[in-house]
Amino acid sequence: MATSTGLHGKIIKSQFFAFVRKEFAHVLRDRKTLLILFGLPIVQILIFGFALTNEVKNAKIIVIDYAKDVASRKIINKIRASKYFEIEGQAIRYEEIESAFKKGTIKIAVVFPANFSEDLSHPGSAQVQLIADASDPNTANALINYATAIIRDYEVEQNKILNVPLRIIPESRMLYNPQLKGAPNFVPGVMALVLMLVCVMMTAVSIVKEKESGTMEVLLVSPFKPILVILSKAIPYLLLSLINVTIIILLSVFVLDLPVNGSLFLLFAESTLFIITCLALGILISVKTASQQVAMLISLMGMLLPTLLFSGFMFPIENMPWPLQAFSNIIPSKWYYIIVKSIMIKGLGFSAIWKETLILFGITIFFLVVSLKSFKTRLE
Amino acid sequence: MQDPVIKAHNLTKRFGDFVAADSLSFEVGKGEIFGFLGANGAGKTTAMRMLCGLSRPSSGSATVAGFDVYNQTESIKKNIGYMSQKFSLYEDLTVLENIRFFGGIYGLTNKKIKTKSEELIEQLDLQNGVKKLVSDLPLGWKQKLAFSVAVIHEPEIVFLDEPTGGVDPLTRRQFWNLIYEAAHKEMTVFVTTHYMDEAEYCNRVSIMVDGKIEALGSPGYLKKKYGVESMDEVFYDLARGATRAND
Repeated sequence: MATSTGLHGKIIKSQFFAFVRKEFAHVLRDRKTLLILFGLPIVQILIFGFALTNEVKNAKIIVIDYAKDVASRKIINKIRASKYFEIEGQAIRYEEIESAFKKGTIKIAVVFPANFSEDLSHPGSAQVQLIADASDPNTANALINYATAIIRDYEVEQNKILNVPLRIIPESRMLYNPQLKGAPNFVPGVMALVLMLVCVMMTAVSIVKEKESGTMEVLLVSPFKPILVILSKAIPYLLLSLINVTIIILLSVFVLDLPVNGSLFLLFAESTLFIITCLALGILISVKTASQQVAMLISLMGMLLPTLLFSGFMFPIENMPWPLQAFSNIIPSKWYYIIVKSIMIKGLGFSAIWKETLILFGITIFFLVVSLKSFKTRLE
Repeated sequence: MQDPVIKAHNLTKRFGDFVAADSLSFEVGKGEIFGFLGANGAGKTTAMRMLCGLSRPSSGSATVAGFDVYNQTESIKKNIGYMSQKFSLYEDLTVLENIRFFGGIYGLTNKKIKTKSEELIEQLDLQNGVKKLVSDLPLGWKQKLAFSVAVIHEPEIVFLDEPTGGVDPLTRRQFWNLIYEAAHKEMTVFVTTHYMDEAEYCNRVSIMVDGKIEALGSPGYLKKKYGVESMDEVFYDLARGATRAND
């Protein structure tokens, strides 16, 4: 009995290896697939990291300095030194700000009131007015944040010199991203996006391809168990996806100068969980569709768009109406995005993300069960 | 009949109200070439799927290679080969890779796969095409390779689902030589086809009309029974019956 199960296990193992080897042959032979598989993360990282960054450089800024004192001048020098701003040379009056905005010659204005220095030394708190062109809210937001950070920087310096604590209002801070880099938000987003695309689409297409070519039927008539068909389809894509994760991390560390602050092991473990979610989704799509084109379309529309819209990577979820906010909770990439951000950028450990992990785990189990069940029913 | 390897008794498959296969009863003997004829939609594929263990019958009973189609489908799958009308090979893999893959799937040892592939390649005269992608092979070769791959594990029974669709008469003839060779080695061949000239090559045929088996016997017997010259005419006689029944 023991030898027979041993033999059985051996046969299953060799069947399995034959299948996995075949899957790799498919992928490696198909230049197009290969290009999508490995070109995609590289292109996306480069596009999102450099071209599509919402980091604003050399924005025209106008400074209206009614104070003309040491403090205001120091801040102006700091603004001048920053690569984010380019000070508009021609001085204008306060009343002319609006027309300057309308003409589009400036993006942001900084106004120091006449009593800036006095307020700063006497009550210890002074105001600076930051006015931005909010017709482009993202840029405006970014610029206000940059300017605020510069003022904060000055404040911190002064506080070190003087014993009296100073306060300069306005209030705004870039948490976890003090260098004001654009990349941190993109890398986790790109990871979610690439994995979604590669895993879901590749798995779905590769299974549907077997349906189209009639080989699936042959596999189902063979003694190879259906569940193993699915498993051996999934394993190569799991491995390839982990390679993809590695590529993205390497690019982000060496090209975008964005180190992984948390545990690399945890990052890979969580990525594996997310990849399994994607594979389950891919299997589900493949069961429900009959042609490669449909499978590809559903993967693109059904996976790519929700990932872009609802993961919080491009559009803040907090600003959405509540039905959409609620909907975003069932999007696996949202949770993966939060997890990767926490590990990579904030350097947090498992204790900080166990809730998100649990939710992602639940979603994964759900999709796995549903997709395996529907795969079974299809056989009937 | 001596040693029947397929036994079906009142085998029925219903999809809702639609009866795809209606009380099929027949036996197929060891080493026999059994033709399964019928117009499109007559229920051939449904019947075949039940016998292959892909689809659970609604009622009736059947055994394939001595195993029950209800609860021994795993054992059935180990003892049958299957070739679909699409030839079902991987076009982006080479000839050798295909042979190796299917050998692996059927649980052959590496040594066995090696000897088998050498044997197959020689038998098919494919020595120069081993490293070729299947997509580069002519249709006739693909079809022959698909058949050889379907019987690579030397099954008791091989099911062929319209294996000669879209192939020229000469290649079809060559293909049937492979079938004869297999049958000669005591392999049972269960083949569905549209071509009535192929029906003549079978030891016995059954003709399905509207989900039922309307005729069963050797081509000679059937021709005599219906008093006609060819299987073509037998088939048309029965198919006309189907149209009447539909009226």
